[in-house]
Amino acid sequence: MARMKFLCDAERCIECNGCVTACKQEHEVPWGVNRRRVVTINDGVVGAEKSISVACMHCSDAPCMAVCPVDCFYRTEDGVVLHDKDLCIGCGYCFYACPFGAPQFPQAGAFGLRGKMDKCTFCAGGPEADRSEAEFKKYGRNRLSEGKLPACAEMCSTKALLGGDGDVIADIYRERVARRGNKGAEAWGWGSAYGQPPKGAGAAPAAPAGGKS
Amino acid sequence: MRTLALAVLVVFAAGCMEVEQTAGASAKTPGQTVKRDTAAWTNEPLANGPKWNTGDRTSWEEQIKKRQLAQSEDRRIYQ
Repeated sequence: MARMKFLCDAERCIECNGCVTACKQEHEVPWGVNRRRVVTINDGVVGAEKSISVACMHCSDAPCMAVCPVDCFYRTEDGVVLHDKDLCIGCGYCFYACPFGAPQFPQAGAFGLRGKMDKCTFCAGGPEADRSEAEFKKYGRNRLSEGKLPACAEMCSTKALLGGDGDVIADIYRERVARRGNKGAEAWGWGSAYGQPPKGAGAAPAAPAGGKS
Repeated sequence: MRTLALAVLVVFAAGCMEVEQTAGASAKTPGQTVKRDTAAWTNEPLANGPKWNTGDRTSWEEQIKKRQLAQSEDRRIYQ
């Protein structure tokens, strides 16, 4: 049974923001909302600068689902975490619970009033009828119902961002890591989203001494 | 007098009841207040898109996994 997951290879990401653009274009995401974004750590430090593309990871035990006071989240049979915008009250609890900062809130009015939460849907739409106008307006395009994978992963020019069935992307990543001599073996966010990380894994690499470029 | 007292008692007792506040709430699965979403494989494939047998989860998953191999440069030619 397929379980949909994301994995970003920090050794390959070149911070081109192609995934961000693909997502924006595919779903016509409004101004001010970024379902996906590229985060760079150790910026400017030679040998330690890494970029990763971050969005909702569709966690196995999603904290957003646990804290939602109106219980608007649900998980599809293929492991995608989605939400119902008709139920969302825009409280922002999910934003505080999410380790990836995935939930986004459009500004809905004056005085910083928050609108209903918006996040990556793994290109799986929402509870509205698949491929309907209503679904597109609220959640964006439903590529999974068309037999396609998320636009961000399919658009990634360096194939840093892998998306799809967890077993397949784990195999691709394992082969890749073995070929490059175990470099970048720790897949950032994988442990937080899909299980318990091994001790010490997932931490940002330490900056080498005197490395500012 | 007794009937009136009984009626008042019934009205007060009814006030203690917890009335179901959402229509069909009992039919909902715990943790799933939202309406059920339709599965991706239940849709008809697009005319010019990837193909699978409508309603067949296995064939949908197979074509998704095959498509995923495009993310591996070693097995990029998959069609």
